[in-house]
Amino acid sequence: MYLVENIALALAALKANKMRAMLTMIGIVIGIASVIAIVSIGNSLTASITTTMESMGANSIIVSIRERGSNEFGVGGGGPPGMAGASAAVPEESDLLSDEDIETFMARFSDRIETISLSYGIGSAKAQEGRLYANVSLTGVNAGYAKANNVELVAGRFMAEKDIKAVKKVAVVSDRLVSNMFTAGTDPLGQEVKIYSSDSIETYTIVGVYKYEASAFMPSSVSEKDTITNFFLPISLAKQDAATKNYQMFTVITKTGVDAALFTEEIENYFAKVYENNTKWEAGTMNMESAISNMTSMLSTVSIAVAIIAAISLLVGGIGVMNIMLVSVTERTREIGTRKALGARSSYIKAQFIVESVIICVIGGIIGIIMGLLIGALGASLLGFPAIASPAIIAISVSVTVLIGIFFGYYPANRAAKLDPIEALRYE
Amino acid sequence: MSEIMIDIRNLVKKVFIGSPNELQILKNITITINKGEFVSIVGVSGSGKTTLMNVIGALDRPTSGEYILDGETIQKMSDNELSDIRNKKIGFVFQTFNLIPRNSALKNIELPMLYAGMNRHQRMQRAKELLELVGMSERMHHLPNELSGGEKQRVAISRALSNDPAIILADEPTGALDSVTGRVVMDLFHKVHETKGTTVVLITHNHELAEETQRILTIKDGSIVDEKRNPHWILGKKRGEMNVFS
Repeated sequence: MYLVENIALALAALKANKMRAMLTMIGIVIGIASVIAIVSIGNSLTASITTTMESMGANSIIVSIRERGSNEFGVGGGGPPGMAGASAAVPEESDLLSDEDIETFMARFSDRIETISLSYGIGSAKAQEGRLYANVSLTGVNAGYAKANNVELVAGRFMAEKDIKAVKKVAVVSDRLVSNMFTAGTDPLGQEVKIYSSDSIETYTIVGVYKYEASAFMPSSVSEKDTITNFFLPISLAKQDAATKNYQMFTVITKTGVDAALFTEEIENYFAKVYENNTKWEAGTMNMESAISNMTSMLSTVSIAVAIIAAISLLVGGIGVMNIMLVSVTERTREIGTRKALGARSSYIKAQFIVESVIICVIGGIIGIIMGLLIGALGASLLGFPAIASPAIIAISVSVTVLIGIFFGYYPANRAAKLDPIEALRYE
Repeated sequence: MSEIMIDIRNLVKKVFIGSPNELQILKNITITINKGEFVSIVGVSGSGKTTLMNVIGALDRPTSGEYILDGETIQKMSDNELSDIRNKKIGFVFQTFNLIPRNSALKNIELPMLYAGMNRHQRMQRAKELLELVGMSERMHHLPNELSGGEKQRVAISRALSNDPAIILADEPTGALDSVTGRVVMDLFHKVHETKGTTVVLITHNHELAEETQRILTIKDGSIVDEKRNPHWILGKKRGEMNVFS
């Protein structure tokens, strides 16, 4: 009903009281901006954590040997009283899983296991050639490691079974190392790298290059050049001189279509039998899929909770709008009387004031959305995550501002509509 | 078709100021005003003339009695029906002009037509014609606070005429004006009355102004105490004395 005229009227009324209109809008602006900013930051946080965790392998199950009861507080602790602090306990070689244990396990579940990822860290070192250098962390890996950890190759190949069997001195290095150590345009494949560790100098031949990706969890504080990247070698080579040859942990990659949660349980039961007679140690399992879903649901709960708190400021903003609309109705009592005398029905007067209140809220809402997106983008970039603006939340915000406008404008508008024209005309 | 424009019979208006106290403001009033008449209702303040005007203007309902305006029975109408009657049948002219402050002269005149549902183009067209009629064409885009009192009242008269009302109801239209501009406004009423044949009801306490009209009704303590025809009334006679429009 007369919508165009009402909008024009409302804009004229706001223009006549610019300062007041702006101050009234601030409440709505702050409310909408904070909700949008929080939701955007929450979204990008969730998305980037999920991606990181997925890159660790959604279809992977981690099996690790841990002290009995270490994650079940006070339950079943078989350790003698002297064993204070779980970290102090070091498993014996016999408590850990040998290559044979793992092979038996693989054979048992071969229908569901695609591969197994093993790694064996032997500490950090430095690749050096004249003045060129690169910091590395020496890690022995098997062929399945790449799959479980989403190693993305940019050149050559990953570690293969034959390298491991033959204990070859080959390496898969990061693109960072390549750019640090070789002049641009050099084909790194087949090149040799000298690795200086505390007690030896070894030379390896590069067979593959992978793309280095910074972890979202551990933002690097050192410069790009000094970043420590993984230097993969055959696991057999890494273990050659090590005192312990057994594994404390390995990762199972399931075949596609396998119910990871169910399989995790079976694995847990399997290793429970294996460790039946071990009083100190047991095998624990962790499924990345459930870890991810736990993490994301926790994050979204937190961001919803914070957004609800922010939404309270919207309520305060709405009350501010109502307050100013009441003032406006009182100020314009005579005008309302005149309009009624000229034949405006009550419904028209009501519509006029509701439209005005909705316009205040929508303008405030639009400013708030823009500010919220900017703050969200800024916050996400400060935290180092990509900013994710959700179109749904923008649409919701616009509808919410319209609803706030109607809700908080209704009472003042109704009051205006119900004014007795005689009283209103007489109002000074 | 009846020649009667306003037919008020045994009209009573009571105001309740808490039972059992009630104030009878209008007592059994009977008035008949014919189409095309220029009538004045005269009374001192507190005589009930404003209440009578509110009832005639369909702003208020009588407590009892009958009010027929241009063939329509007013006293039983709903609020929306009263709004529509005010919109289409009545043109108000107030002592204090009551122009909408943020609207230009043109927009003010368009307002009753807007409420009547007339389209934008027609409204504008007609508003311009009406401004022309009152000699305010050059001021059409001015806001009320950029106009003098006399100019405001001329815009208000244009606005009152916009929906071609059955009656013009003018409540002390010259009360806030000096005598010269007051004269201009009165002449304008005469001009409208003559050229358009609109029924005009002038409510005033000023006997001199009342003398210019065709018939004078005097209200006192809520009753019509005197009614006289103006023996000197000749159409346009008064206008000749100080004609600012020819």
